[in-house]
Amino acid sequence: MIRFIGIAAGAFFALSVLWAFVTGAYSAATEPAPETAEHAFHKHPKELHLASDGPFGTWNLEQLQRGYQVYKEVCSACHSLKFVAMRDLEQLGYSEAEVKAEAASWTVPGIDPNTGETTTRPGEPTDYFPSPYPNNVAAAAANNNAIPPDLSLMTKARHDGSAYVYSLLTGFQQQPTELLKKFPSAKTPEGLHYNPYFANLNLAMAPPLTMDGQVTYADGTKATIDQMAQDVSAFLTWTAEPTMPKRKQTGWPVLGFLLFATILAYMAKQQIWSNVKPAKNKQDD
Amino acid sequence: MSFPWAKHYAPKHPLTRFLDEKLPLPRLVYNAVGAGYPVPRNLNYMYNFGVLAGFCLLLQIVTGVILAMHYAPNSLVAFGSTEHIMRDVNWGWMLRYGHANGASFFFVVVYLHIFRGFFYGSYKAPREMIWLLGVVIFLLMMATAFMGYVLPWGQMSYWGAKVITGLFSAIPLVGEPLQVWLLGGYAPDNAALNRFFSLHFLLPFVIAGVVILHIWALHIPGSTNPTGVEVKSESDTVPFHPYYTAKDGFGLGVFLICYCAFVFFLPNYLGHPDNYIEANALSTPAHIVPEWYFWPFYAILRAFTADIFFIPAKLMGVLAMFSAILVWFFLPWLDNSPVRSGHYRPLFRKFFWFGLIPTMAVLFYCGGAAAEEPYVMLSQVATAYYFLHFLVVLPIVSRIEKPKPLPFSITEAVLGSDNKAVLSENAKSAV
Ligand code: HEC
Ligand code: HEM
Repeated sequence: MIRFIGIAAGAFFALSVLWAFVTGAYSAATEPAPETAEHAFHKHPKELHLASDGPFGTWNLEQLQRGYQVYKEVCSACHSLKFVAMRDLEQLGYSEAEVKAEAASWTVPGIDPNTGETTTRPGEPTDYFPSPYPNNVAAAAANNNAIPPDLSLMTKARHDGSAYVYSLLTGFQQQPTELLKKFPSAKTPEGLHYNPYFANLNLAMAPPLTMDGQVTYADGTKATIDQMAQDVSAFLTWTAEPTMPKRKQTGWPVLGFLLFATILAYMAKQQIWSNVKPAKNKQDD
Repeated sequence: MSFPWAKHYAPKHPLTRFLDEKLPLPRLVYNAVGAGYPVPRNLNYMYNFGVLAGFCLLLQIVTGVILAMHYAPNSLVAFGSTEHIMRDVNWGWMLRYGHANGASFFFVVVYLHIFRGFFYGSYKAPREMIWLLGVVIFLLMMATAFMGYVLPWGQMSYWGAKVITGLFSAIPLVGEPLQVWLLGGYAPDNAALNRFFSLHFLLPFVIAGVVILHIWALHIPGSTNPTGVEVKSESDTVPFHPYYTAKDGFGLGVFLICYCAFVFFLPNYLGHPDNYIEANALSTPAHIVPEWYFWPFYAILRAFTADIFFIPAKLMGVLAMFSAILVWFFLPWLDNSPVRSGHYRPLFRKFFWFGLIPTMAVLFYCGGAAAEEPYVMLSQVATAYYFLHFLVVLPIVSRIEKPKPLPFSITEAVLGSDNKAVLSENAKSAV
């Protein structure tokens, strides 16, 4: 009995889904999905090689310091780093005193101790990198209705994160003429900027890195657009996971120990089983 | 409860004798996973995954309980508290990556454990109850993992919760009120997050309880083995300890190497980048996908794109998705071939390797892909075969198939001959 009910139920599900297949195939054949500009012109991120790549990778502290400088002088005009504290800068090789001075160069929201009014005050090492806007409404109003996202986790929040940020920063360009010819309705709207690395090709961020020498690096490195984009991508790789080198450095001894223990376990198992004929099943497949 | 030749527990030390009288816990362990439990001598490495699943459950409970000491289940701070764990808690990153990848590896292990059962006919009499409890464990695991994924309150957490609870709204009449009741609101919010946290903490202990029943039920007939022939005599078995403790120890080592490679070197490989964006009810992600271990069932859900008479497509998809797991409950009665192991079932084996396995591969792949062609059509074909396999192919194959001759016993299969087989042959010819 159960087998007959089973066969009936199986036939029901199979026929229903095959019916969906037939209707789907019919509509795919009669009205194929139209090509979209996003599909035709979106590009995968360029290659970016950082010192932190790979199972042995670790930070290049000079590069992170340069990236921090780009963030501070350019990106922080719009973006916060709400999960990164100023004290964390010590990990980039700054001394305690330097971090204190650096923190004081930031302005963070505060409360006036005499009146209780909200005001601003110089930063302290325990503060987090603030948003320049008092709230999301103000952020959207200042940026053509888009809120500049917090950048702390940006390189983990996109596929190929570090390479994506680098490609986005160096990818702003004129809209290709073939695109406009093929998709006249896909013209970049007023106030947005064309960038083939962005998922829907047009974003509200104006190109933030526009000319060589936009920042003057403390270590004398030549600040080309490409260099600044690489450095800030490296910095944002750090902000997304400051513990990354520790993770990899822990991983190696763990794997080494496990390999050793597993070899011992294998030898123990062989030894224990040596008086029993090994499991060999007479099967012919 | 065990075979007559099982070794008996005989405590020698006064302390163990004292314990044995007052609370015979050492005796329980001795008889459950010690020298007192005889096990077929010919188990292959596919039989390691039960113990590994138990280890994964333990791992999830240990990492989970510590994570819960630092996590805050409130929609305003949940995302930030997860980052606090990653950045400020000592070894917090290891706990969180360990728990997230632990869930994935738990599913890898349990999928292999289940497919071991499919191939070797582990679900057949007298082991139906072990199998049914196993399917219950699997369902509980899926519920636990789903609710756990909501806790970090990222974009995929939020939208996954919305899509999955939205499935209930497909149920006629009571669907919408049911969804609101489950979520404690019209969309996932603090009420939903709080109850998901409470249940995510509770369910693993329920699973632990069902695992105890599962193993209790297992110890009545004992394990199957690759020949599918039941244990006949002492020469067919070896004591669990030290033979299988040693073999499971080696298996555990290999498992931990793979697991740690992910935790320490590819911790986000199995996750989705969107979950590093805080939940935002106003911004829908381009592709909403669940975690990889739900992909086959998600593919089945999305395969039903056309209404069937009066049944809307969405309801059909939900019915099919739940039925895809529920059919496993009926497997012991759908497949009534008297032969257990796939090794001796030529036709069954063809359908297993060339039907079920490729179908699962396609469903895994399509469930993670975007809902566009050709993935939808591929998953439709695979879904059709999936149901045909369990509900039509297995009942028919078990009827018409001519199995290969079975060995007399496990001993004969392993050693090439078994004295007792010769004896019984002689006895037969003497009659
Ligand atoms: C004038 C303000 C402004 C400045 C300066 C600025 N951004 Fe942006 N940024 C935005 C806005 C607005 C968006 C949101 C764009 C959208 O969603 O259309 C954005 C988005 C982004 C994104 C996310 C893109 C995505 O995939 O969603 C990244 C990454 C980014 N900015 C990086 C940077 C970096 C790095 C800098 C410094 C070099 C920088 N931004 C400087 C305004 C700014
Ligand atoms: C928390 C998850 C689980 C744990 C801890 C667990 C544990 C175990 C253990 C320790 C064994 C004995 C060793 C072995 O044969 O591999 C076993 C056997 C078994 N399990 Fe599970 N299991 C789990 C989930 C499942 C699920 C989801 C199913 C099926 C849907 C299942 C079906 C079976 C069956 C049928 C057996 C007996 C197999 C045989 O002897 O051939 N188990 N389980």
